[in-house]
Amino acid sequence: MSHLTAEQLSEEAKKLIADYVSRIDDMKAKERMKIPAQEMPAQDPEVRSHNLDEVAIGYTMEQARIEAMRCIQCVKKSCVEDCPVRIDIPRFINHIAHEEYQNAADVIKEASLLPAICGRVCPQETQCQSNCAVGKALKDVDKSVAIGRLERFVADWERATGKIAIPEIKPDTGKKVAVVGSGPAGLVVAADCRREGHQVTIFEAFHKLGGVLRYGIPEFRLPNDIIDKEIEVLKAMGVEFQTNFVVGRTRKLTDLMDKDGYHAVFVGTGAGLPMFMGIEGESLVGVFSANEYLTRANLMRAFEKGKADTPIYPSKRVAVLGGGNVAMDSARMAKRLGAEKVYVVYRRTEVEMPARKEEVAHAKEEGIEFLFLQNAKKIIGNEKGKVKEMECVRYELGEPDASGRRRPVLIPNSEFILEVDTVIVAIGNSSNPLISQTTPQINVNKWGNIIVDETQKTSVDKIFAGGDIVLGAATVILAMGEGRRAAAAINKMLAEEIEKGKAVMN
Amino acid sequence: MSKILFKKQLSNDVYMMRLQAPLIAEERAAGQFIILQINEDYGERIPLTIADADTKEGSITIIFQVVGKTTLELSGKNVGDEIPALVGPLGKPTHIENFGTVVCVGGGIGVAPLYPIAQALKNAGNHVITIIGARNKELIILEEEMKEIADEFILCTDDGSYGRKALVTVPLKEICERSPKPNMVIAIGPPIMMKFCSETTRPYEVFTQVSLNTIMVDGTGMCGGCRVNVGKEIKFVCVDGPEFDGHKVDFDNMMSRLNSYKELEREAHSCFLEQVIKNKEALQ
Repeated sequence: MSHLTAEQLSEEAKKLIADYVSRIDDMKAKERMKIPAQEMPAQDPEVRSHNLDEVAIGYTMEQARIEAMRCIQCVKKSCVEDCPVRIDIPRFINHIAHEEYQNAADVIKEASLLPAICGRVCPQETQCQSNCAVGKALKDVDKSVAIGRLERFVADWERATGKIAIPEIKPDTGKKVAVVGSGPAGLVVAADCRREGHQVTIFEAFHKLGGVLRYGIPEFRLPNDIIDKEIEVLKAMGVEFQTNFVVGRTRKLTDLMDKDGYHAVFVGTGAGLPMFMGIEGESLVGVFSANEYLTRANLMRAFEKGKADTPIYPSKRVAVLGGGNVAMDSARMAKRLGAEKVYVVYRRTEVEMPARKEEVAHAKEEGIEFLFLQNAKKIIGNEKGKVKEMECVRYELGEPDASGRRRPVLIPNSEFILEVDTVIVAIGNSSNPLISQTTPQINVNKWGNIIVDETQKTSVDKIFAGGDIVLGAATVILAMGEGRRAAAAINKMLAEEIEKGKAVMN
Repeated sequence: MSKILFKKQLSNDVYMMRLQAPLIAEERAAGQFIILQINEDYGERIPLTIADADTKEGSITIIFQVVGKTTLELSGKNVGDEIPALVGPLGKPTHIENFGTVVCVGGGIGVAPLYPIAQALKNAGNHVITIIGARNKELIILEEEMKEIADEFILCTDDGSYGRKALVTVPLKEICERSPKPNMVIAIGPPIMMKFCSETTRPYEVFTQVSLNTIMVDGTGMCGGCRVNVGKEIKFVCVDGPEFDGHKVDFDNMMSRLNSYKELEREAHSCFLEQVIKNKEALQ
């Protein structure tokens, strides 16, 4: 893939913009579809694979306006349908085309308080962009209007103005909501409940806020100061934060209601214990879960050698097992931490990989090697108990399985040795056991995920849950969608309580 | 934020501190631990067991040995200083009931986490035999406290500088040979000591519980760094433990994993010491 520099992309857009602006409101759908899709400017792959700076730089104003003019403002609006938080996408895009960036920001804020984050990490190609009329007409989902990039553009524009609008807060209701976990689900619940005038406290186990946004997603995809800025908005809204507080251990979940006077609790404790392959050698020194590897690098800042006290394993040759976004993040982080060779070992082919296309493309550009139709069989250690190599086997694709994906079939006697000193296992998580261990009244399924109804309510009155603790491993935006639903249910419940209270008073 | 209320040096490199932590003091039970950080931006998260708690004062007691950069920095903090991040209580509490006769074996700094457990066992009506040991007299901690709750008290040092000259496994074996044999053994100390205590009791089929202190990052069931092999299963010390059946723990693997970062840590420690020395020189 040839890398066009940010300057080249910007120059190109500058040449084109005047012509399109002159016809902005007269262009027919057909003409709009001829407007070239704008590529996302990115850091040079060789340079970025040695730094933690954000890979994608973001559209210039000209690029954003040109991309926005590609939207044909269709009546079907399938993009809105496919957005878990139902942002009025055509409307905000139209504002960008007309250089009305603040209006665009306001439209997004009606539905999402975290656009700078969603614009960066949402899998738009499987959501809002998946059924875009433009992409459909051009028979290529990659040619859909780049909604995510435009969302990010608006959010970054607003942040650059230095005055992010604080949403209106209704008068104090006297009701208190506790939110457990400051990840994407929790942040949305906090914002939505606070807007209704309830007092909201977020309890976070870590010393820093943001949950998976902070410890999981690396700085080069989602910079920490973006998370900080989005959280500052919540603080300005009056949401309170308690870090270093493990609900279930520091305080029992039910005590938050019985002793501390919270009227509702939302549990968004996120992903749990990492899963391992169950193969020989996974206890060797040099085998890590992606959770641990990324937490050391991101939250504990091990990337900043000499500054951070938390060590990270000095790897030269790394194998990452798995094919999701977390596997991509781990592989790309390992490269940035100085590994010379990084392999992603995946049992199926590229088509079946659950990772976002863009992340896979970026990883390839950075020199990550993909070993498709191969899998780890056992990890072999040296005399000191450290990883020295990994035995792999090869697969071929057979008949489709229950998921519709073609099932990988083992090729007999295909064993071979991959020389690595580090293995990162990124095959998913089971659930976090803390809440179920300490709050046995809450019903969980056999995987330990909390069972909720269609309003996100758990089996215990006034306790709601959402995000990965309910879904298993999902995405940031799905967690936000669950948070939104839970907040609506909490707000409704509290409103009814307030009404009842008034009726009694009268 | 947690203020240091009290500090005492117990031996050459072992310190005791009382930290302000009212919620943790209220919730904690024997066997649990905390994680703290000296610096919220770049500090590492280190797990330390809770040796005691005072709900009136709203404080917990930690006892730690200087083994690396963070514990060295912590030892330099004084009464009135703040610990920026303190979280807990973590881990499952020790299961306490009247088992009958329980032998509590503590090695070195391991006596600190053992103390509240022995205390709770005593209060539950057990006949408590305590064996505490260390390399030499200087490294013996909580002698008076342990003596006070013990029905039988045995103290030994490797070099014979105090008490009986023996490894803790020697009196442990003698006690296992008694009739009736003890109902349970709890051994807490360096991994090698817990391994040999477990080996000592194995032929006598006396259930032996050990408390593991593995490498941890979050300590809340997310990162999986603390995993150990127990029997045929992977267990996570932070949420499944810290206590496990010593006869099932793969100590050799655990010890090799504990050394994962040895070289890096040694480097960090010596860099920090150099810095401390330089700073001192600069002040002079």
